[in-house]
Amino acid sequence: MSMLAEVTVSRPLRELLAFARHVPVRVAASLIIICFFALAAVMPKVLQTHDPFAIDLRSSLQSPSIAHLLGTDQLGRDLYSRLLEGAGQSLAIGLGATALSMSIALILGVAAALSGGVFDSILSRIVDVLFAIPTLLLALVFVTVFGPSVLTEVIAVGIGTAPGYARMIRGQMLSIKGTGYVEAAKALGHPFPRIVWRHILPNAMNPLTAMTTIGVGQAIIWASALAFLGLGVAPPAPEWGALLNAGRNYVIYAWWLEIIPGLAVTAFALSVTIVGRHIQARLEGKS
Amino acid sequence: MSQVRPKPVSQQADLLTVDSLRVSFGREIAEKAVVRSMSFSLRPGRCLAIVGESGSGKSVTARALVGLAGRHADVHARQLSFDGTDLIGLNDRGWRRIRGNEIGFVLQDALVALDPLRQIGKEIGEGLLLHGAVSSREELAQRVIALLELVGVPEPETKAQQLPHQLSGGQRQRALIAAALALDPRVLIADEPTTALDVVAQAHVLALLEETKKRGKALILISHDLAVVSRVADEILVMQRGEVVERGTAAELFKDPRHPYTRQLLDAVPSGRPRGSRLSPSTIVRSPGRQTQPPVQSLPKSRPILLEATSLVKHFKGPDGTLRAAVDGVSFELRSGETLGIVGESGSGKSTMARMILALDEPDEGAVQFAGRPWTTLAERERRARRRSISIIYQDPLGSFDPRWTVGRIISDSLSSDVETRRKRQERVIELLDMVGLSQALLDRRPLELSGGQRQRVAIARAIAPNPAVIVCDEPVSALDVSIQAQVLDLLGDLKDHLGISYLFISHDLSVVRHISDRVIVMRRGRIVDSGPTEEIFRNPLSEYTKSLIAAMPRLVREQEIGQSSTILEEGIA
Repeated sequence: MSMLAEVTVSRPLRELLAFARHVPVRVAASLIIICFFALAAVMPKVLQTHDPFAIDLRSSLQSPSIAHLLGTDQLGRDLYSRLLEGAGQSLAIGLGATALSMSIALILGVAAALSGGVFDSILSRIVDVLFAIPTLLLALVFVTVFGPSVLTEVIAVGIGTAPGYARMIRGQMLSIKGTGYVEAAKALGHPFPRIVWRHILPNAMNPLTAMTTIGVGQAIIWASALAFLGLGVAPPAPEWGALLNAGRNYVIYAWWLEIIPGLAVTAFALSVTIVGRHIQARLEGKS
Repeated sequence: MSQVRPKPVSQQADLLTVDSLRVSFGREIAEKAVVRSMSFSLRPGRCLAIVGESGSGKSVTARALVGLAGRHADVHARQLSFDGTDLIGLNDRGWRRIRGNEIGFVLQDALVALDPLRQIGKEIGEGLLLHGAVSSREELAQRVIALLELVGVPEPETKAQQLPHQLSGGQRQRALIAAALALDPRVLIADEPTTALDVVAQAHVLALLEETKKRGKALILISHDLAVVSRVADEILVMQRGEVVERGTAAELFKDPRHPYTRQLLDAVPSGRPRGSRLSPSTIVRSPGRQTQPPVQSLPKSRPILLEATSLVKHFKGPDGTLRAAVDGVSFELRSGETLGIVGESGSGKSTMARMILALDEPDEGAVQFAGRPWTTLAERERRARRRSISIIYQDPLGSFDPRWTVGRIISDSLSSDVETRRKRQERVIELLDMVGLSQALLDRRPLELSGGQRQRVAIARAIAPNPAVIVCDEPVSALDVSIQAQVLDLLGDLKDHLGISYLFISHDLSVVRHISDRVIVMRRGRIVDSGPTEEIFRNPLSEYTKSLIAAMPRLVREQEIGQSSTILEEGIA
């Protein structure tokens, strides 16, 4: 009896362990990094060791140490705490911009692929024109006109990266439209909207999960580039791109001000990509 | 061709010697190696055939002989030597000297093996350039054209400038053989050189290989089809699961097959077997499910017309903008319970016609009537409800399944919506799986996880699920091994008897069509050149074209017939 109780109690735990054993190390590590930054984005105070805005000129430009885990900047502010403070904005830009650009791309790509004919040609040419304008230029113009803020950056990067995705979605949809199983479904007499919903869309979206996760990292990098050019979120806010921009002047004396925010962008983008790939492989049943 | 060194056929020394070859991958134990204790020797002017179904290890054997078994392959042998040179432990450079130069290798899939963006001539000339066999551009061009001529590619000057997709399947395969022959190797290995070719192209390639052998080359021919190799091979090795289960001359094997597997392979060849007889040892369809009808044997004439096509025409725009008739005035009728075979080589318009019958393409002229009512002229909305009465089985089942869907969902999707409850649908799906001889354990598998034969069985289950009156079979067995083909043909025959379905059976393979059809239509360039009851067509064909098709059919050739059949074949080619 007692043994039975023991079995039932520990079963969820064991299942969790069994599940964890199937997760590759790189995916587990990525998940930890994502969770850490996500926590920092929601409640930065919990993880911070210092006040991210407190100026302490006596300890300016200190290299990483026990007192300041990732060193300090020219005003003696703790880089580690500032990095966590900026996580919220950076992640919001990354996720927001990707969500926006995917939505635009989905509408354009699906509409073009399904309509065909003249409408497809018109939409495709519009996308081509957008595609011809460099993403950064588009974003620059947008931010200059509407002024820098998290929202304008989201919109600027979102619109800038949409044409590429739109093209890909259209191509995917068209190639799936021509497959044998779509034809087989037609031969079975399924109405076209049903075929789109059950075969074309899901299969066309398949490579998109990976694209989206890569897109999140990419968007953060775009936003950093904007901030680096001085068109990012207003200066006191320690958004990652802004940190990179600020560290530029001291890169010879204080490498950590430049390298560490850069690593944070890379680490997050990479983690999201790895997890995304893993999810995709799982969905396709390849594990 | 100047570079063909005359080699006396009487030269008796072994060119290639293989003793106890073992190929394994990874940490497999010796008993589970992909190829085990394989031994043979090959002399110039002789042909060795390795026959077996997919996965039996024949391709791996061939690759091991040219050092291409793969990085993870573990190749062991007591002896593996070419003309006195030990091939075991040869380094990359050593292999490169042998490969192409001494042992030519013809890959299986001509479309994949040729670079789609390179001209045929360049592909063939590459070996000559790499091995420094030519001194000038002019000489290279001449040699390439001479090679194309040698393998019988028409208009070699033009073809040398073209890209692979501009050549027909048979021409591509011949170009590959030309590339393999370029450096005049002493051994030629051909891995399934005729699979995926239609009968006529197949006969040409086989004749070419035979000729190559006569010119003193040692030939290793790999195939799943005994009939294909029987004409060329001097010795046949039958492989099953990595082991040679039987060996002997073609005549010995055909007259007195010792091993049950050899017998099974022989039985699977439809030509030379009574029409409609069973080709596979598998048990017949279990539990027919619904009404059990007596086998259909009555006269087809007395049965009602089910499908009627009248002067169908379909044009396609060619690359130069001109219209080309893919189907040009085709009329036929399919009666209830009948199997109508449609034969023709690739490009004869068979598949276009199938698409029109399924109302997936609209005919430019003419119409199809189904069950006495208009079919192709209907609006899609009116046709939709009746679509389930005509099913289709494709050549490539994998491409016709949504890769994300499970077997259960694929079949269930095809059920008529009359089957309402989830439970009833599930039961019906299991019943259908049972009918096509698949276990219900496959329900949750995805198409990629199935074997070729299983996939085609699932495709058949999907086709019969909506209780159709007609199934259009578009080359349903041409991508399958002969032994699997035999099982699928038997299954189709059983289902017809039990369910009273009519088949429109499209194939390039005459022996298959002859086996299954009641009546046959022969198509060429979009037109019908011959039609009539199967036996009549095969006994006395009207058109020259049909005659040449029949002559090109691969048969199991016994030794005394070899001379005779090659004359038939040469006539067929001429």
